[in-house]
Amino acid sequence: MRPARLAAVAAVAAAAALTAVTGCTEKGDDGEGVVQVTATDDTCEVSAKEFPAGHVELAIENKGSKVTEVYLLFPDDRVVTERENIGPGTTQRVTAEVKPGDYRIACKPGMKGAGIRQDVKATGKGAAERDPRLDKAVAAYRTYVQAQADETLPLAETFAKAVKAGDLEAAKKAYAPSRVGWERTEPVAESFGDIDPKVDVREDGLEDGQKWTGWHRLEKSLWHDKKITDEDKKLADQLVTDLKDWQNRVGTADITPTSMANGAKELLDEVATGKVTGEEERYSHTDLVDFKANVEGAEKSYALLKPVAQENDAALVTELDKEFAALDALLGKYRADKDSYVFTSYDTVGAAGRKELSDAVNALAEPLSKLAAAVVTK
Amino acid sequence: MTSASPSRRALLGWGGAGLALGAAAAGGAVAVARAGEDSPAAGGAVPFHGVHQAGIATPVQDRLHFASFDVRTEDRAEFVRMLKDWTAAARRMTAGKAVGEGGFGGLPEAPPDDTGEALGLKPSRLTLTIGFGPSLFEKFGLADARPEALVDLPKFAGDNLDRDRSGGDLCVQACADDPQVAVHAIRNLARIGFGKVVIRWSQLGFGKTSSTTPEEQTPRNLLGFKDGTRNIAGTETDRLEKFVWVGEKDGPDWMAGGSYLVARRIRMHIETWDRTSLQEQEDVFGRDKGEGAPAGKAKERDEPFLKAMKPDAHVRLAHPDSNGGATILRRGYSFTDGTDGLGRLDAGLFFLAYQRDVRRGFIPIQRNLATDALNEYIQHVGSAVFAVPPGVRDEDDWWGRTLFEGKA
Repeated sequence: MRPARLAAVAAVAAAAALTAVTGCTEKGDDGEGVVQVTATDDTCEVSAKEFPAGHVELAIENKGSKVTEVYLLFPDDRVVTERENIGPGTTQRVTAEVKPGDYRIACKPGMKGAGIRQDVKATGKGAAERDPRLDKAVAAYRTYVQAQADETLPLAETFAKAVKAGDLEAAKKAYAPSRVGWERTEPVAESFGDIDPKVDVREDGLEDGQKWTGWHRLEKSLWHDKKITDEDKKLADQLVTDLKDWQNRVGTADITPTSMANGAKELLDEVATGKVTGEEERYSHTDLVDFKANVEGAEKSYALLKPVAQENDAALVTELDKEFAALDALLGKYRADKDSYVFTSYDTVGAAGRKELSDAVNALAEPLSKLAAAVVTK
Repeated sequence: MTSASPSRRALLGWGGAGLALGAAAAGGAVAVARAGEDSPAAGGAVPFHGVHQAGIATPVQDRLHFASFDVRTEDRAEFVRMLKDWTAAARRMTAGKAVGEGGFGGLPEAPPDDTGEALGLKPSRLTLTIGFGPSLFEKFGLADARPEALVDLPKFAGDNLDRDRSGGDLCVQACADDPQVAVHAIRNLARIGFGKVVIRWSQLGFGKTSSTTPEEQTPRNLLGFKDGTRNIAGTETDRLEKFVWVGEKDGPDWMAGGSYLVARRIRMHIETWDRTSLQEQEDVFGRDKGEGAPAGKAKERDEPFLKAMKPDAHVRLAHPDSNGGATILRRGYSFTDGTDGLGRLDAGLFFLAYQRDVRRGFIPIQRNLATDALNEYIQHVGSAVFAVPPGVRDEDDWWGRTLFEGKA
């Protein structure tokens, strides 16, 4: 354990414990940044309609009979944070860094529909007190995210064009490159809850009655069915349309230092659960391309946050530098040209190779899960 | 740093009340205090510090999670740091406390130090015992420190070893009366170890197959026979010194007070065994199935008369008298890892044996078992051997210190 970090954590832990206690007994109205949300089957009560911007915690209690979910939403329904699967009689806590402005809290009993909503307001300067270096990091990351979307569109159009021309080989070739920008910034892309299910859902992720669209439907046609249907050609156009929607909206994504750090960890989670197992690209076996893109995206967030993390937890930075380098080097073994995105087909990577990749991912992801704590300014 | 985190029992709230109630029932606080030390029902804590590591002579707990690790780092200092972090975590977990800053209440942005599934559970007599495999001594410049007694096991007749279930640079044996407590311990150590070590294989076990407490009823293995009747008891100081603990003159110095562990995953052909006549089953073991008495004797603890048993009877061949006195402390567990795809139970014995010197313990005994009638019903499919260092003495000590810093 690292003494420097421990001291910081202990202080914050004490403060948090205090807040939690006040929140419980006082119904949260004077608990700093704690908003009690009491959900029933037909109500969604909040203990405060106004709260100071900055670090906000929703203490949710489901007093209803149905499983519910609770959202903190921007006025345009963009999700600030959410918690699903809150069982009857249970309590959950969810935290977010919010800027001053109008928000909505929505409870969705039965986890369906638009939910029961309450307008709320975050007051004051809030997040403005943040370390200017972190603001700079967020701004730089926002530029990066936008650039990834901008660069993806022509690649997606190339892919769509090949599909529409019925050119199986050209489409296969254009498939993986069209996904790189998305994969690099997946946590941000996914924060637009409605785009991801259209463009990146896998067959097993479909809900009852949901139409399968997007990259993976086309992947199955190209590699498994080995033919391009008229329906596929329409799907190719649809994919470009949906990605344009992403390109137009991604600039408005709410990004904080915490979400950047946790996003980096989430990218490694993506690798650990989808790519290492070969589930993500089960027909094309281009998993290592996604893998590389995920790692690059995580590395970008990390690089931008590193100056602050270095100050708060130097040992963590040393460890992360080492593990990023080790994983990059390992991935490098699976491509002939280090400047290309042509990787070994994942179905040819044996159990020992997959274990080695999995170990390297674990070695990086565990310390990466501590990055958010190292950039939180308290 | 430790005082802020409540123990699991304190957190539970009713732990104290439960004990108070127990006091009334047992008719005295003294009895309860004793029960709190080591009785499974009380769920008490086994001291972590001592001359020897806990989990060897300790009364055998009901459940096991055993994990074998391979070292990933090449940085000796980093590995030592991990051993210290592991020791700190083990110290807390065996006392029934959560790892680090606990399982909740910390920074909302960071994952909790402890994974949380043991919160509210009693210490459950958790012991954590570390061992170092032969391959560890090929790393970190440790070649000269490898004990002579830590030999690579020879190939034994009938071995069908799976490489992926064998060996390992180091191991941790987690024993507890609550399986969740044992699994929690391995999970949290593995988490702390990410980047430095990786799990090579692990094994869950239930139903201890040998006890170190002869006053209790002798447990049975999955073949239905009492196992470990003549095992070394945790209270037999003389036999422990003679057969289990590495003596000060045995060498190397860093191992004094330690022991050597042989782990074998022994698959049992359960279904064919179950179709075997009672007579043959009893002949195979050399003891009767009900009482556990040696052939020709009436009571389980009667002195065995080996010549009354068939020449290939298991007990006869494994007995110290057939092996020049070789004696080991057994601490194995039954396992069932589901089924094998052919509709058969993937079950057997996860054999764990502690000894002062593998060359005068497991090896001669296992060699002698080459003609064992039991071999028709079992197969050794996993194997590992470890040097188990002496105990962690106090708060400043850590697992492996005597190896990495030389004897203090």
